Amino acid sequence: MINRVFLFLILGSIAVFASNAVNAPRELNVSAIVMFLIFVGATLGITYWAAKRTKSAKDFYTAGGGITGFQNGMAIAGDYMSAASFLGISGLVYASGYDGLIYSIGFLVGWPVILFMIAEPLRNLGKYTFADVASYRLRQTPVRILAAFGSITTVILYLIAQMVGSGKLIQLLFGLNYEVAVFIVGILMILYVTFGGMLATTWVQIIKAFLLLSGATFMSVAVMAHYDFNFGKLFAHAVELKDVSIMAPGKLVSDPISAISLAVALIFGVAGLPHILMRFFTVSDAKEARKSVFYATGFIGYFYILTFIIGFGAIVMVLGKPEYLDLAKQAISGGQPILGGNNMAAIHLSHAVGGDFFLGFISAVAFATILAVVSGLTLAGASAISHDLYSSVIKKGQVDSVTEMKVSKMATVALGIIAILLGIAFESQNIAFVVGLAFAIAASANFPILFLSMYWRGLTTRGTVIGGSMGLATAVVLLILGPAVWVDVLKNAEAIFPYKYPALFSMTVAFIATYFFSVTDNSQSAKEEKEKFEAQFIRAQTGIGAEGASSH
Amino acid sequence: MHKDIVEVVKNDPNYKELVAKRTSFAVKLSIIMLLVYFGFILMIAYFPHVLGTPLSEGSVTTVGIPVGMGVIFFSFIITGIYTKRANGEFDDLNNKIKEKVKGM
Repeated sequence: MINRVFLFLILGSIAVFASNAVNAPRELNVSAIVMFLIFVGATLGITYWAAKRTKSAKDFYTAGGGITGFQNGMAIAGDYMSAASFLGISGLVYASGYDGLIYSIGFLVGWPVILFMIAEPLRNLGKYTFADVASYRLRQTPVRILAAFGSITTVILYLIAQMVGSGKLIQLLFGLNYEVAVFIVGILMILYVTFGGMLATTWVQIIKAFLLLSGATFMSVAVMAHYDFNFGKLFAHAVELKDVSIMAPGKLVSDPISAISLAVALIFGVAGLPHILMRFFTVSDAKEARKSVFYATGFIGYFYILTFIIGFGAIVMVLGKPEYLDLAKQAISGGQPILGGNNMAAIHLSHAVGGDFFLGFISAVAFATILAVVSGLTLAGASAISHDLYSSVIKKGQVDSVTEMKVSKMATVALGIIAILLGIAFESQNIAFVVGLAFAIAASANFPILFLSMYWRGLTTRGTVIGGSMGLATAVVLLILGPAVWVDVLKNAEAIFPYKYPALFSMTVAFIATYFFSVTDNSQSAKEEKEKFEAQFIRAQTGIGAEGASSH
Repeated sequence: MHKDIVEVVKNDPNYKELVAKRTSFAVKLSIIMLLVYFGFILMIAYFPHVLGTPLSEGSVTTVGIPVGMGVIFFSFIITGIYTKRANGEFDDLNNKIKEKVKGM
């Protein structure tokens, strides 16, 4: 039965793909489509293989817990190296040089902090979701609801950003309609996750990370080879074509408060992203969890160095070249705009260094990247619904693993449909603030409750629920009143809250409120919760009693 | 977890040593990492021209390039340092603790 549904969906999506490709308004990129179909074929093969090995909820959420540190490091890096960061950061380097490097460093430095503070206790205390840890010694129902709400909100915001970005990118790269592109991404993601669970999602992520790193390495080497592998020569040529300002900090960081607030959102937001946290349950123990972060930091750091070279490569090899020039735009606004905007800098560079074939490869990799990232996000959202809300809150833990997995699959399909609908609804909206909001919520709601539940004996249910909710509400309200929404989206003249990034303020609110409402909580249950800390801390530190890998 | 295990582990000198050493190591490394990063960010916010200074007379490469790359390498190296010590020394201590409560 499953096989037949599977086959039907594959054939269906290929048919949609093919029929639309024929009617596409824009010139078709044949090599990109062929390479993309090969990728889809291979990943669906993996999904089929994974489906046969996914028999229990544990398999579904954590791939059975038997992923190695190296594999998980690659998968974490894959979750992080989204199409937005590949194209966005190289585009930012292309446009303003050094600022792109500053931006990417912000995304990297959260990882050491995760390793030192979060990875190990998370692995030792949790089972499937970070709510397992937050609610370990607190009252299940309120804490799970709060954590699940934080997870689902973060996931949906992130999904909107990915879906809209992917629709536009695929439209541009493959000449498909926006709606069709969003639809294909949604359907393939549902297939990977419902049938293959975490095992398929992880392997899709690993393969994509490998392809993306290989492609980016090739581009960087090709660029550097032109300059005898001498950075000085590359920079000198780039400065000649643009101006000397690209070698120094520019407009990205305007005032110190914004700079610090953005840094806070990036560092602590990563430690509150549910799809990243979930990956720590796929390895067998704390040792592998640490290795995962070490490898992930290496891959991500390497990737950011490559995007920096690629951005400069695009300055010297794409800027001003007639074949990449957007003549229509130039006629209106002057300058030397490139086709598809600055975010296409890396894509054009792939053509400049490797011709149509390599352009096809990089386009297919960009598409694959979107698929892999939305799959991981959807799985994290689905597990918050099935594991935290359904199994722990509604059924009070009295549910067998097969039923829980079924609910999880239904949640995946529902989230997939929601993602498609939101992707279409937000097509022409200004969604630049969405990822910022996801990070702000992760840093202000998810991270404080996770961190305090691990390390602070005095934390109580009341403190967690009030503090976490206040952090979440503050992040949302300040973002709406800030320049990103109040001015850019709602078109008011001046922002009520002057800073673009609210995390510094909202995270502080969350910590203070959690502290205040915990220490003033004199209830009997608060006393019991504090008494349970010792046993929890021992398990967090030593792993005694922690979830192991499944036997197969 | 069984109450007896909690009692045994709590009073195990190896456990005390593990928690003390690892906590202090993790806190120190976290502070170093945050100092390096916030130092970098505050330098951009207050003294952007420092990072924009050429490395040498007539060179276009600025001080900011090695500094930025340095922060990336530093992040990677510091995770390596922690992982190496935790997967060696700390895990050895941890195994001794686990050995003691085995079968309880």
